[in-house]
Amino acid sequence: MTLLKLKRLRTCFPTRDGLVKAVNTVDLEIGANEILGLIGETGCGKSILGMSIMRLLQPSTRIEGEIIYKGQDLLKLSEAEMRKIRGKEIAMILQNPATALNPVLTVGDQIAEAIWLHQTMTKREAREKAIEVLRSVKIPSPEKMANECPHKFSGGMKERAMIAIGLACNPALIIADEPTRGLDASTKEQIIKLMKEVTEEKSMLFITHDLDAAAEICDTVAVMYAGELVECAKTGDLFGKPLHPYTMGLLDSLPCRGLKPIRGMSPSLIDYPSGCRFHPRCDYASAICEKKHPEMVKVEDRHYVRCFMYL
Amino acid sequence: MTEKTIELTDLRRLWDTYSEKRIGVIGLVIMLVFIVMAVFAPYIAPHDPYELYNPMEPPGPDHLLGTNDIGQDILSELIYGARVSLFIAFFVSIVSGLIGTILGLLSGYYEHVGFFIMRIVDAFLAIPRLPLIILIAAFMRPSIWNLVIIFTILGWPITTRIIRSEVLSLRTRNYVEAARMLGAPDSYIMIKHILPNVFPLLVVRLVVEASHVILAESSLSFLGLGDPTAKSWGMILHYAFMYPTIYISDVWKWWMLPPGLCIVLTILSLMFIGYALEELVNPRLRGMTQV
Repeated sequence: MTLLKLKRLRTCFPTRDGLVKAVNTVDLEIGANEILGLIGETGCGKSILGMSIMRLLQPSTRIEGEIIYKGQDLLKLSEAEMRKIRGKEIAMILQNPATALNPVLTVGDQIAEAIWLHQTMTKREAREKAIEVLRSVKIPSPEKMANECPHKFSGGMKERAMIAIGLACNPALIIADEPTRGLDASTKEQIIKLMKEVTEEKSMLFITHDLDAAAEICDTVAVMYAGELVECAKTGDLFGKPLHPYTMGLLDSLPCRGLKPIRGMSPSLIDYPSGCRFHPRCDYASAICEKKHPEMVKVEDRHYVRCFMYL
Repeated sequence: MTEKTIELTDLRRLWDTYSEKRIGVIGLVIMLVFIVMAVFAPYIAPHDPYELYNPMEPPGPDHLLGTNDIGQDILSELIYGARVSLFIAFFVSIVSGLIGTILGLLSGYYEHVGFFIMRIVDAFLAIPRLPLIILIAAFMRPSIWNLVIIFTILGWPITTRIIRSEVLSLRTRNYVEAARMLGAPDSYIMIKHILPNVFPLLVVRLVVEASHVILAESSLSFLGLGDPTAKSWGMILHYAFMYPTIYISDVWKWWMLPPGLCIVLTILSLMFIGYALEELVNPRLRGMTQV
């Protein structure tokens, strides 16, 4: 069953240098209980895609297409209706937990606020619920830590607290925007494990550039390049036999596979290269790649790729 | 644990942090003395400050600080003077602080509102403060309420601008974004997430404004533009300076020095309190060791 469906989603915002086309005609589906990984280089539009779903970009941003969540188009909802979706139906876990917690409020209060923004309950009930959520993300002595301000939390604990805030209202979909950023390897491992546990009965859009993390947690992985999806497949298929040259390049750049970087720089989102957007950096590029823009093709069951090699 | 004990321990913790700064405690004690003086003036003052006794009496058992040129008891005048100075200071700083905070929050959070309010603020800030006060005080009938109104009108634009500049930076913080992602409405974000973060600035601003107002009231009264019937410290100084032989005789020691000291001490205590409060409202500085 499909929980969230993006249909030809386009997000652009005007800047002084020109129109930034951050998300360009993306079609994507997240099923119930599915964890979808969205991977790609920095600046390819991953985070903007997440923010577009929440409709939390600057007012000058234009979002086109459809975002169908549980049968209704989020882009057609009023701001007040959208507020009821945020946090309760779709929760977002922000990157950079160090700044995403208010330094002057206790962590318990910040979790409780997520709860009573959407449910009517007394202060004490919300507090007890907050402690319960903190316990579920394995914060040691949650009763005590709920009374502490964020500066007493370590990086890993702040991330746990962020996850707790996301989980507080039991949303159906979680959008996690690089939750493992800035954490050391062992903490990262724990956070990934925790996220896997808490999202057992939920769907998640897991935005990351950490391929290991994506391989570990996701059911399906979509690869994004310059504002569009270039490959989408089940995790095993994608990492086992990547089809798109960009995906291959990403995998080859991992330390365990030889640390070979992809040549060139990721393109600006204002002026795309002509034809296939990846062709200037592609080792397999031919004449047609420069001229024509490839469409997404189905290669195998649930394995889609945007490349002329498979046409 | 019941709700009440939580509150008590919270207060206890607040006091512990505050009292870590000795300077803050000193400031608070001085301020409390003046507040008690102001509130219980009729019970503390040995005489009615408007009652006339023998003029120019030196300090003695009956009049501890002597009497002035028309025979009023100077100690009683001083005690009643605390009322006027503190009332004006607190009233003006709270009212202009309130206006400034509300307008500052709105103008920082909503860009268009902000532009409009800031132009008004610019106009008010362009007015030179003291000359205007002198002008208005000279034209309006001098009374305490007129002073309060003038000081409030001049005080709010500065607070508004300070609060706005902080809100401009705060509203782009990640946790504000995070709150919006939880579905929090604007009003909620402003009150719950932004207001507590401008609090340190606001407290310091209130204290500075209060001391400004006390000084301004005293200097106006000293210049003779205050309320001539009100018993304020500035007014005592004004009459003392008008007395012809004030510097030649010993009279200045009990007529001029005490009100001057009162003004200095009040302002000093406000500064001390502001210094200690700054630490109290900043959670990151809490519980740090004192240097």
